[in-house]
Amino acid sequence: MIAPTIECDVAVIVKEAIEKHGAARDALIPILSEINHALGYIPAEAFQEVCKQLNAQEEHTYVSKSQLFSLASFYDMLCTKPRGRHVIKFCENAPCHVVGAKAVWDSLCEALDLQNGETTPDKKWTLVTTSCLGLCSVGPVVLIDDDLHGNVTPDQIDEILARYE
Amino acid sequence: MQTKRAMILVSNDPESIRLGANDLIKNLTEALTAYDLQNEVEISTLSNIGTSNILPLVVVYPEATVYGPVKAADARFLVEEHLYKGRIATDLVAPPKQLSGNIGWLRAHKGYNPAEQRIVLERAGRIDPENIEEFIAENGYQALGKALSEMTPEQVIETIEKSGLQGRGGAGFPTGRKWKFVRMAKGEKKYVICNADESEPGTFKDRIVLEGDPHTILEAMTIAGYALGADEGYIYIRGEYGLAYRRLQHAIEQAEEYGFLGNNIFNTDFNFHIHLHAGAGAYVCGEETALIESIEGKRGEPRARPPYPVTHGLWNKPTLVNNVETLANIPAIIRNGAEWYRSFGTPSSPGTKVYTIMGNVNFSGVIEVPMGITLREVINIYAKGMKPGSMLRIAQTGGSSGSIIPASLQDTPMDFESFRKAGVSLGSGALLICDQNTCIVDLVKVLLQFFRFESCGKCTPCRVGTQRAYEIVERISQGKGKLEELDVLISLAQEMERTSNCGLGQTAAVPIRDMLKHFRTETEAHILLGSCPAGKCEMLPEVEHV
Repeated sequence: MIAPTIECDVAVIVKEAIEKHGAARDALIPILSEINHALGYIPAEAFQEVCKQLNAQEEHTYVSKSQLFSLASFYDMLCTKPRGRHVIKFCENAPCHVVGAKAVWDSLCEALDLQNGETTPDKKWTLVTTSCLGLCSVGPVVLIDDDLHGNVTPDQIDEILARYE
Repeated sequence: MQTKRAMILVSNDPESIRLGANDLIKNLTEALTAYDLQNEVEISTLSNIGTSNILPLVVVYPEATVYGPVKAADARFLVEEHLYKGRIATDLVAPPKQLSGNIGWLRAHKGYNPAEQRIVLERAGRIDPENIEEFIAENGYQALGKALSEMTPEQVIETIEKSGLQGRGGAGFPTGRKWKFVRMAKGEKKYVICNADESEPGTFKDRIVLEGDPHTILEAMTIAGYALGADEGYIYIRGEYGLAYRRLQHAIEQAEEYGFLGNNIFNTDFNFHIHLHAGAGAYVCGEETALIESIEGKRGEPRARPPYPVTHGLWNKPTLVNNVETLANIPAIIRNGAEWYRSFGTPSSPGTKVYTIMGNVNFSGVIEVPMGITLREVINIYAKGMKPGSMLRIAQTGGSSGSIIPASLQDTPMDFESFRKAGVSLGSGALLICDQNTCIVDLVKVLLQFFRFESCGKCTPCRVGTQRAYEIVERISQGKGKLEELDVLISLAQEMERTSNCGLGQTAAVPIRDMLKHFRTETEAHILLGSCPAGKCEMLPEVEHV
């Protein structure tokens, strides 16, 4: 993930995403995922750019900005607001809950002084809850960016967070 | 000490001796000498394995092949085939159905749990998933070759139908019948979709298949394409499964390169192409019509049904949607036949089921066992018992959309029919085992939080129902509930079940119903006594009214 503070050329990212996934209707979600991955979120100008580039294609069905926004707001992995440099996803479902996730969550909130969905003022951390990640045999599970931390106990939190710049 | 390359174990319990075990041992010894193998192979006895229908029993290690019943006259043939020529003497192999219970442990050292029977997970963990040649060496793409060269599409469907395979995604619909519907549906263009949007909390069986044996899914989808007359398929995989996505992508490239996918497969005029489509995080997309909407580039909101996807699916064309585990059974059924498949499991639910076990047990993970074993067996044998100090109190079968059952139901056989009779759902096969420190109200609160978060919002009963139900259960968990609110909960559950558009809203009612059916006393204790019997819920202090 590129830090959102760095200026990125949205047009180039969109162009590459369309080249990779095509301009058909079934490419819309993959294109948005690609942008989200590159920028960490999908800024308003990216929606504009996707519409511009897709509607300029020879064979296309017309795509509107509202349509794209309706997708981005529906799917959990797409985000329309900037996030911190590191995103912490915490599984809040029953399998993790039964093996002690609540205490880990409380410890996370306390260590970062954050509530669900918030970002630290220094833009380092964003803390969100997520639904099951399919890693239940090692619950409680904390996913930081793409790194999995399993069998987490509350007293490990400080040490885990310290590994990130 | 001389190292032996193989070992033969012969059962010599009284029953086996009555059936000729001693003669068998004598003949085996003679046969080994005849083939000059007496220094390489050792014969020993199994003391007492208990009663069995396949005595006398012979087990040959290191393969752990179980033969039985073996007559004394079969000894020479067995030695010649297995130990001299080095191939399994298929005719003498014990029927798979007999390989459970007290003789299952004979195979334990092979990395399996006793009585585990692997069809779906046969290769997962044993082959390099990124090397197609290892897959081919393990009978890979054999079923596809057989289907294309020896069978008509009708015969393929007939075999699947006869096997009795039922959908493993949760609903348990007969797979063969679904295939038939799509085959019969009008239209030139048809699609095969693999539902790999595994998001049910506690379920990760499909991930194990996709990460460990991706080619099986490609093979099964191509067979389905041939049987239904489809030339295009989609794998809809949840966005969070990055490793599985990359392995599938690699597998598709390899299969195309080897001619198992693409145009003129096996030099026939049959063409089949598979697209890999990643989701972007939405539980509801596991519902088949929501999944189709999502592939079409829309919000994953389930469609009104009928019409069903078998006639009006992707781009409004006839579409087959099958779960990963269902598909993973297909190649083995085509290779070995419907009869073979029916020899596993129970008559009404043939085959095996992959379960994921987790919670307050010593072993969490994935197992594949014949349909019909009980929860007690799963906990004591496979999960290696409850954690020290833990006692089974609540079990959740089938993930969030499954059932919550009390310890008293742990002896119900886990197959579609028995569970249906007991009013329990087998669901996706997730088994969450909870001990006495788990509070039912707290658990249901977590489940409802999940449903209200994941509700797509399209229909009112689900969007509003899950929210209202959550609020009531939260109040109960804080000791602020009222008895009459339990009636409101029941009527909410009824309405959600009756009027929700899709399975999400309908199954959100299940935990509420189960809580009040099996754990009413505990729930009422929160309300009447203002305390949590399990000591889990944090009660809010009484506010004084001035």
